[in-house]
Amino acid sequence: MRSLAIGAIVAGLVALPLTAQPLEERLPTCFACHGENGTSQLPETPSLGAQPAFYATVQLVLFRDRLRVSEPMNEMTKGLSDTDLQKGADIISKLPPPQPVADTPDAVRTERGRALAEQHRCNFCHQSDYAGRENVPRLAGQREDYLLKALRGYKDNSRYAYDAQMSDVVYPLKDADFADLAYFLARLK
Amino acid sequence: MTHVSRRSALVLAGTLGSLLAAAPPAAAQQQAPPVAAEQQTAPPAAQQPAPLPPGSPLIGRPDTAAAQKLAPIAPPPIPVAADKLPLDKLKAPKGFTIDVYASGVDNARTLRLGDKGTVFVSSRLKDKIHAIVDKGGKREVKVVASGLHRPNGIVLHKGTLYIAELSQISKIDNVEDNLDNPPKPTVIFSDLPKDEAHGWKFLTVGPDEKLYFQVGAPCNICMPSERHAKIYRLNLDGSGLEVVASGIRQIVGMDWHPTSKQLYFTENQRDWLSEDVPEDKLNRVTQPGKDNFGFPYCHQGNLPDQEFGWGHSCNEFTKPIALLGPHAAALGMRFYTGTMFPAAYRNQIIIARHGSWNRSTKVGGDLVLVKLKPDGTFRSMEPFVTGFIQNNNYVGRPADVMVMKDGSLLVSDDYNGAIYRVSYGPQRTARR
Repeated sequence: MRSLAIGAIVAGLVALPLTAQPLEERLPTCFACHGENGTSQLPETPSLGAQPAFYATVQLVLFRDRLRVSEPMNEMTKGLSDTDLQKGADIISKLPPPQPVADTPDAVRTERGRALAEQHRCNFCHQSDYAGRENVPRLAGQREDYLLKALRGYKDNSRYAYDAQMSDVVYPLKDADFADLAYFLARLK
Repeated sequence: MTHVSRRSALVLAGTLGSLLAAAPPAAAQQQAPPVAAEQQTAPPAAQQPAPLPPGSPLIGRPDTAAAQKLAPIAPPPIPVAADKLPLDKLKAPKGFTIDVYASGVDNARTLRLGDKGTVFVSSRLKDKIHAIVDKGGKREVKVVASGLHRPNGIVLHKGTLYIAELSQISKIDNVEDNLDNPPKPTVIFSDLPKDEAHGWKFLTVGPDEKLYFQVGAPCNICMPSERHAKIYRLNLDGSGLEVVASGIRQIVGMDWHPTSKQLYFTENQRDWLSEDVPEDKLNRVTQPGKDNFGFPYCHQGNLPDQEFGWGHSCNEFTKPIALLGPHAAALGMRFYTGTMFPAAYRNQIIIARHGSWNRSTKVGGDLVLVKLKPDGTFRSMEPFVTGFIQNNNYVGRPADVMVMKDGSLLVSDDYNGAIYRVSYGPQRTARR
């Protein structure tokens, strides 16, 4: 159902002369998928709230230049200027952080995820509260399915890494580790 | 060690462990309440992170608050506009002038000059090779190749542009005749490791008309495989791979001595050993095929590695000819072969120090002049262009240098996506 909804939105976009559409007119479409206030309700679609502006700019540039491939995002950013992308990133960075998953966490899985995050020193670059900084994204409260997708993407090289850091870090990790990490991070405030 | 000092070490370990464990909220807090001496005598392994798996790029990083602040510095993804470049911060000796040669050259890295005057610029984090064409003072920046993976290494030889990506080498023949409609690069060699860590290459052509490039160590510190941590050479058609030198952690700058024709190169040394050692090296190959520069056993020519150094002596290895600063990231280097600069610069080496990330107080972020003795060994090192570090922050980062036909020097800045020109002598009226 959801993918149908995305499909409809993308189809709608493609029909429009996108390159002629200024940033302001595109923004509602951004939040149609990424959620009002930047907290996403769509599977495998990240929450954007409180992402560092530097990180958001890097990703928007990679989408526009098609170094990072995701058809809806490549379409959405097509034709935008550097200044537009920076403006978009600034808007994203000022949105409230996403609310973490509010279930009763499985203590064993949470502990496994926490131990992995510390063992692999995720907290060094992503900060001890996983709020990210500069070119390093916020992970706390991110969608679990998106975190899993991102980690898998770094591992199999399907996601373009701006620099080599993440490709290196995920190299020794297994898919089960990714699941535990995503579980832990999605539930962090 | 006394009983008391052992106990305080244990307490310290316990405190660090609980600090780390306390970082993530909720679940972690239930397990590591910040109390009680009894708690701290519990096995610290339960609170401290498990050891990193073998080969992890993070091996060597200490778990201290000061170390946690340090991480590689990513350049902004958008080139800085010409009027926002930090030109007023850059300083050169008396008589030298620094101008902006080109801006908007995304992640500008290696600089190369074509026979017809085109300046070629590689990138490391983006996918493109740019060409800058100077038409009577008006410079145009064009894309000559795109869709490449970490295309840091480029060199021109007899009209052909050779490109070293992370794991393959390709070429475009007669590139300067086809700048407006360049063909896709033709791959000549692709049997290279695909590691991202230190996977980007520096590429040069030797006096023997062979391509020289390195395969870096795929880690900060590790025992490299047979294929890694070496300089190789190849025939121009991609055949005849040979090892030139080994025991090399990572290189991002090489050049040939103008008279001895020996290969000199900068080598970046390991991180996380300490703030002040090891220092990066300037090396010289005197025995092609035999030289081993010591990685991972020995750093900076005289410092055995705390792990891999056991059972070895630094005297087993070829010594550096100079040390270039701790974590200073000495990258691009060229012999100054022009005539515009004062005679003291002639045939000496200008090195771009990209600047440290693995150090609390940044060093580098400048160009240095290394002078050699007639026998090709080190005489002195002095600052040349400085100012890329302001208040312990980067306002730009020099990545490579190149001597132009008129004797001026171009400097690439991958942080700002810009190229500067350093010239000497009375200034002509600025062209607008």
